[in-house]
Amino acid sequence: MSHAQAPARRSPSTLRGASLPSWSPWAIAGGSILLGIGISAAAGLDSKIQWALIAGILYLLATFGFAARVEGGRQAKDRIATSLVWTAFVVAVIPLVSLIWVTVARGVKVLDFYFLTHSMGVVADTEPGGGIYHAILGSIEQVGLATLIGAPIGVLTAIYLVEYGRGKLARAVTFFVDVMTGIPSIVAGLFILSIMLMFDMQPFGFAGSLALAILMMPVVVRSTEEMLKLVPNELREASLALGVPKYRTILKVVLPTCIGGITTGIMLAIARIAGETAPVLLLVFGNPFINANPFEGAQASLPLYIYQQFSNSAGSGAAFDRAWAASLTLIAFVMILNLVARAIARWKAPKTGR
Amino acid sequence: MAKRIDVSGLTAYYGSHKAIEDISMTVEPRSVTAFIGPSGCGKSTFLRTLNRMHEVTPGGRVEGKVLLDDEDLYGNGIDPVSVRREVGMVFQRPNPFPTMSIFDNVAAGLRLNGSYRKSELSDIVEKSLKGANLWNEVKDRLNKPGSGLSGGQQQRLCIARAIAVEPKVLLMDEPCSALDPISTLAIEDLIGELKERFTIVIVTHNMQQAARVSDRTAFFNLSAVGQPGRLIEIDDTERIFSNPSVQATEDYISGRFG
Ligand SMILES: Nc1ncnc2c1ncn2[C@@H]1O[C@H](COP(=O)(O)OP(=O)(O)O)[C@@H](O)[C@H]1O
Ligand SMILES: [Mg+2]
Repeated sequence: MSHAQAPARRSPSTLRGASLPSWSPWAIAGGSILLGIGISAAAGLDSKIQWALIAGILYLLATFGFAARVEGGRQAKDRIATSLVWTAFVVAVIPLVSLIWVTVARGVKVLDFYFLTHSMGVVADTEPGGGIYHAILGSIEQVGLATLIGAPIGVLTAIYLVEYGRGKLARAVTFFVDVMTGIPSIVAGLFILSIMLMFDMQPFGFAGSLALAILMMPVVVRSTEEMLKLVPNELREASLALGVPKYRTILKVVLPTCIGGITTGIMLAIARIAGETAPVLLLVFGNPFINANPFEGAQASLPLYIYQQFSNSAGSGAAFDRAWAASLTLIAFVMILNLVARAIARWKAPKTGR
Repeated sequence: MAKRIDVSGLTAYYGSHKAIEDISMTVEPRSVTAFIGPSGCGKSTFLRTLNRMHEVTPGGRVEGKVLLDDEDLYGNGIDPVSVRREVGMVFQRPNPFPTMSIFDNVAAGLRLNGSYRKSELSDIVEKSLKGANLWNEVKDRLNKPGSGLSGGQQQRLCIARAIAVEPKVLLMDEPCSALDPISTLAIEDLIGELKERFTIVIVTHNMQQAARVSDRTAFFNLSAVGQPGRLIEIDDTERIFSNPSVQATEDYISGRFG
């Protein structure tokens, strides 16, 4: 009998302090939003940003006050830190979500099968109709060729730097990669353009690919280097100690171990150059007709198409709609690439588990 | 099959830092030789000079001679890759290849060297896993990843991987220091069996282990931190543990320092 009652009479645990109920953050948030709106309305402020700021500050103060009262100083600081992290998260997510929201909302207006399969060949920029087939084709060809050039060179450079590079040459290469990382895209475009002018050439798709490859290479080198460095040295030594030559160790042990990460890096680099406009504008020029040959004649590309639809629209709503639809297509393209990269990374990740 | 190792006047550097100095010893074929000594006295460094893994470390450099049955491993025109096929190595931490299955791990040495016949491969894998006393535990899951095994099983997998390429000498750098007592015992038993076929050199921090598994024991020491490590003495294990000829050895073994 007394045994069963013992827990009830136990003195309050020193390990368990008073704590705010779990619904309290929501209640405080709701209260401060209402109060924030109230204060702003009373003071005649009409900017929603000011309302939100006042509500946010109220929320922080109230959280700290209540928590300090009920739970003590350390928990109050903990709650403040948690609130700040959440606030930062929300602030970061708002522009992202609103960007996607606006693009989808405006983009779906003209985005249909016809739009994806027709060019602007017989449609003036100010008229409705037309499509982006020629731009998609151009983008895929230019980015694809740039990847064929940039990715292998980048991966091989990284392998050199991590596995072989010692001394002056390696340091020089690292330095140039650093410099290349900082090259503005327009400068890469101008560089190729100057070569084209020397040989008196007209704009064509492959010239754009070259500039894009220049932009892509340092990104691939950097990400591949990081991935290679993550491979434990023990694996290299284990392989070398079996009497496996170094190049086969790299090919068969080091690369398979990090191929997922390398692929992800390449995909992200592709996503980055897929949105480049400046070099394409200089070197590929843009073309309302379908030109499937990247080695001759001007081509279109998605970012360039978006830019030209805006700049040549002369205020026409049809051109704006097309630009938004093309933006949506471009975002979807990059998103799909990222998803593919993640899938590959997961699929290729070293297997664990029994 | 097993080969004798004859080291004379061996000195090894990391860049400008001299890690071990003037080491000479003979390791008999089909025997187990244990290296003991305090941390940092250069046991691992010396072990790695025996299959030319020392030079894999940036700045690693060696002077002196290592004869493997009368052939100098550091002689002109010797290919370190072929040296490592003759002198295998097992590391302190089990390090199976994470992308490969158990079968592929054992077959890795042969496959990556390109020196095998397809029909032999599964026989060699089975033989090596049996040689490493691991066959019964893994025979039903050869296609599962090697990293899914327990630590002791992983270490035996690494031993199987090392013996699959039929080396003449097997070097082991503290192979049991990351393992529990039962796995340790399993590996000690295994060493006793392997010495029928290989020349074995094992670094250990565990005196009882050295006494249990080895025929000969070498004691390394360094006079002060930053000084190069030296071989103090090498003798039959029984003598080293009962009646060593150098006072420092006796002090170390009886735990008076180190
Ligand atoms: N990778 C390395 N680079 C530079 N110095 C090293 C390296 N590895 C070991 N050393 C030095 O070499 C000496 C011997 O080390 P090691 O052979 O690991 O000793 P042990 O295995 O007996 O503990 C130590 O002084 C250590 O600092
Ligand atoms: Mg060591």
